[in-house]
Amino acid sequence: MKKTIIKRAFLDSLPVLSGYMVIGIGFGIILEKEGYGFIWAFLMSALIYAGSMQYAGVELISSMASLPVVAITTLMVNARHLFYGISMIDKYKGAGTKKPYMIFALTDETYSLVCYTKYDRKEDNHLYSFFVSLFNQCYWVAGSLIGSILGSALPFDTRGIEFSMTALFVTVFVEQWINAKNHAPALVGLVASALCLAIFGRDNFLIPSMMAILFLLTIMKGRVIGDE
Amino acid sequence: MNSTYALYAILVMAAVTAVLRFFPFVVMGKGKTPAYVEYLGRVLPYAVMAMLVVYCLKDVDLKNAPFGLCEAVAVFVVAVLHKWKRNTLLSIIAGTVCYMILIRL
Repeated sequence: MKKTIIKRAFLDSLPVLSGYMVIGIGFGIILEKEGYGFIWAFLMSALIYAGSMQYAGVELISSMASLPVVAITTLMVNARHLFYGISMIDKYKGAGTKKPYMIFALTDETYSLVCYTKYDRKEDNHLYSFFVSLFNQCYWVAGSLIGSILGSALPFDTRGIEFSMTALFVTVFVEQWINAKNHAPALVGLVASALCLAIFGRDNFLIPSMMAILFLLTIMKGRVIGDE
Repeated sequence: MNSTYALYAILVMAAVTAVLRFFPFVVMGKGKTPAYVEYLGRVLPYAVMAMLVVYCLKDVDLKNAPFGLCEAVAVFVVAVLHKWKRNTLLSIIAGTVCYMILIRL
């Protein structure tokens, strides 16, 4: 059973492998261009492990932004992780020694794979989530190291391959849509974030979106969306 | 390059990211989960996944040619293929290849 779960975790993580390789390599390349070699790529991918933040981080480090600015930027870019945490509190309960790592490694892509329940037994779900988290971080670290070491010497034109990440989220969205009895939460997310993007612009829309989603889901509780 | 500064900056980014990830578990994870948080845990994944899709598409340029058509077609391919075959890897590979071709036309 254990083996089957780990195997499934690996197979499910394959789309992330392609995405993380590409985005990780891109990250390694731009970091290397700023004069920070593979040790720095490894440090960032091992310790921070947040894709878009690490891209922003290269920018911050190369411009020598002050540490408070670094902290506030991180807070803004990564605030969405609060959301992931809130929705995983119950699911990760009782995960024991695996839990700290599972929380640390909860990226967008990992979240998209672990956010819905796959097995009846909690222990099986925890084992699955742990290995998805671990595999994904391995891909990410490997990608950034490859990018840092091989740099722009890579011979193929990968322009557009980063779309695999968008595609991953779209498949999860469709999968959830098919399985959901009530489509209101998905629609709330779609409409609220599209509207906030139109109003606040691409750099500032995430936090208003999250507040709007939280507000709408709260007032819909027990009315549009059942309490169960 | 400045190693000491870079190390501090990396540690700050790592610490703030970790705090954001651990915060909900530490603050709300004790004892029995409140009904409201349980409700959020049930409905947030749907809303958040929609938000992530929008987040990925935020840099699409709708004002200039090709007006986000490449992204729209590729997202459509992924969604329809996935509804039909329910095979994640197939949907992603087909959508990405489709996108890579479209942006080179």
